[in-house]
Amino acid sequence: METKDAIAQRAALELADGEVVNLGFGMPTAVANHIPDGVNVILQSENGCLMFGPTPSLGEQDGDVANAGGQPITLLPGASIFDLATSFGIIRGGHVDTTILGALEVDQDGCIANWAMPVAPGKYSPGMGGAMDLVGGARKVVAVLQHTDKKGRSKVLKKCTLPITGKGVLKTIITEKAVFEVTPTGLVLKEIARGLTVDELKAITDADFVVSQDLCEYRLHS
Amino acid sequence: MSKVRQLDDIIAGIKDGATIMFGGFLGVGSPLKSIEKIVDSGVKDLTVASVVNSYPGGGFDLAPLFKNRQVRKFITAHTGTCPEAVEALKAGDLEIEFYPMGTWIEKVRAAGAGLGGVLTPIGLGTLVEDGKQRLELDGKSYLVEMPLRADYGFIAGYRADTMGNVEYRGVSLNSNPVIATAADFTVAEVNEIVDVGEIDPSRVGTPCLFVDAVVQGHSLAEHQAVFERLWVSTGRLAARATAA
Repeated sequence: METKDAIAQRAALELADGEVVNLGFGMPTAVANHIPDGVNVILQSENGCLMFGPTPSLGEQDGDVANAGGQPITLLPGASIFDLATSFGIIRGGHVDTTILGALEVDQDGCIANWAMPVAPGKYSPGMGGAMDLVGGARKVVAVLQHTDKKGRSKVLKKCTLPITGKGVLKTIITEKAVFEVTPTGLVLKEIARGLTVDELKAITDADFVVSQDLCEYRLHS
Repeated sequence: MSKVRQLDDIIAGIKDGATIMFGGFLGVGSPLKSIEKIVDSGVKDLTVASVVNSYPGGGFDLAPLFKNRQVRKFITAHTGTCPEAVEALKAGDLEIEFYPMGTWIEKVRAAGAGLGGVLTPIGLGTLVEDGKQRLELDGKSYLVEMPLRADYGFIAGYRADTMGNVEYRGVSLNSNPVIATAADFTVAEVNEIVDVGEIDPSRVGTPCLFVDAVVQGHSLAEHQAVFERLWVSTGRLAARATAA
């Protein structure tokens, strides 16, 4: 299975029926394709709507109906639209139950870095967009990322090296190798990929973690 | 008194160094004709505020302003969608001031609503906190964020009457209603200009008093065609697969 697919599938299990959910761009967007039967969530697009649906076909689009990536969407029965101040009131005011966000790095203190790549001395791109509001306001923040970078270096760190998006905000970290719960005393390994031992995981993980008493195999559903 | 104006007359009055705020989100709900005219005018050293930058990949809406190096400073939450702006930033031709998206819109709202600033916990412990005042209230920490206003605000709407009442449609209102409140001179670019009384009061998204000028943008049919072309050319819309 594709790494990113596995992560998206596993992340979908974090959503509970009836929740208001905001999915970030990239891998989190794909989570919507894996939401289990019987779990109905209210998806928010932070540019200003609740209850959006799939991409329309050519001829069914509306130039005024798009998501926070500028892409055409449809609105489902029960949808609502609002301006950006209301949209971020929803986010910052604690009205979003769960947000799933991609990350460049995460650390054992629950910090996430996903907004700033240095492009020149003192200059950063691309910008935080709504990510700082989401990590600060959502009740549950889930980070999804590949466990290691292209050179095999851990992205689950003792301390983030890039500018952080939020301090101590993460509840759950999901990679293709493992699922960690972030607790006040550090990371707890809850799930581990089939065929991988805890020692092997430790070897590719910079962060310290303890192993949960109910450690189980990485959960996937079809 | 009618507020309907020719766009060219308004653009001619914009001076180098002006501060301009644009409504819109990645081109959706953006005042596209106004932006085109500002690009054509060559006005420069602008401070531009927009909650995000151009449609992903550039070449649309705000992107030419950055390509032409007309913007000296950009105040936003995100610029990564606009290669032209990232290039200007790398070259040292552009200064960018980043704010979290919710903070950005509240700064603008504060300016329009007569508030001295905003207290928000968002950004605490990050680079956003640098150089800002931190307040402790009831045992919680907040950053003090100052109001953000502009010389000109360009917003986009569906219809406006000649008094300046604006009606929005779809998910395209985004930053527009808030920006309308926070500029010395607010220009509403709309698909259709109608007589006073044509817009039901309950459909007015921006009351006329916030609007100084109404200008004709693309008609709704042209507007739909612009987005169909954009979305098809960037692979975001495909004809429904038909059975073989």
